[in-house]
Amino acid sequence: MGVRVQSEDFDVGAEMAALRRGNPNIGAIASFVGLVRDMNEGADVSTMSLEHYPGMTEKALEEIVEEAKRRWNVYEVLVIHRVGELRPLDQIVLVATTSAHRGEAFASCEFVMDYLKTKAPFWKREETPQGARWVDARESDDHAAERWQEVEQHGE
Amino acid sequence: MTVTVLYFARLREAFGLSTEQIELPQAIHDISSLTRWLRERGGVWDAELAETRTVRAAVNQVMAAGDTVIKNGDEIAFFPPVTGG
Repeated sequence: MGVRVQSEDFDVGAEMAALRRGNPNIGAIASFVGLVRDMNEGADVSTMSLEHYPGMTEKALEEIVEEAKRRWNVYEVLVIHRVGELRPLDQIVLVATTSAHRGEAFASCEFVMDYLKTKAPFWKREETPQGARWVDARESDDHAAERWQEVEQHGE
Repeated sequence: MTVTVLYFARLREAFGLSTEQIELPQAIHDISSLTRWLRERGGVWDAELAETRTVRAAVNQVMAAGDTVIKNGDEIAFFPPVTGG
């Protein structure tokens, strides 16, 4: 459980096993793994580097985890995000949530991922045959995060 | 007052600078006035911090808006929209 920002890879199976160990109340685990693709915006990507804001990154992720726990009845929320040099096929991020039932596990996992995309201070830089470039933020990510604000407003 | 200013990603690269301590004139009291003041350095500062570029700011590691007040000793950061995940 918790938030980890690290350069090392992670073992999804081991992390999921640790997350549910010893808690018979858990009936569902939802997880999301983000990966480095070899193609983005029509260019071959040979390597990617992930920069972040040490200190703020951890705070922002912890705040997102707390928000997920306020909104849904979840037991554990785990976020692991890698930084530094990565290559196509590499794992970038793992989000896993545990709950009694699948609905809250699915929803909270997607929420954490959507908020991470727009609120956690990470920046991707890609190496391509045309040179290095900073990845642009996507409007679709803003819209994905905004959906959860609408959910909140309707719920009040 | 003196503040620490951090730059990340595209801004860090363009300015050739990741952090600096700045002694601010009294008129600088929030993120908007600090941004305008930094733009007066001209060149890449004026270009990268222009209103047409989307730049985010944080004060003491919390996302900030233009009217967020800054105080002596604050840690202020400027960066492009985030692209993690």
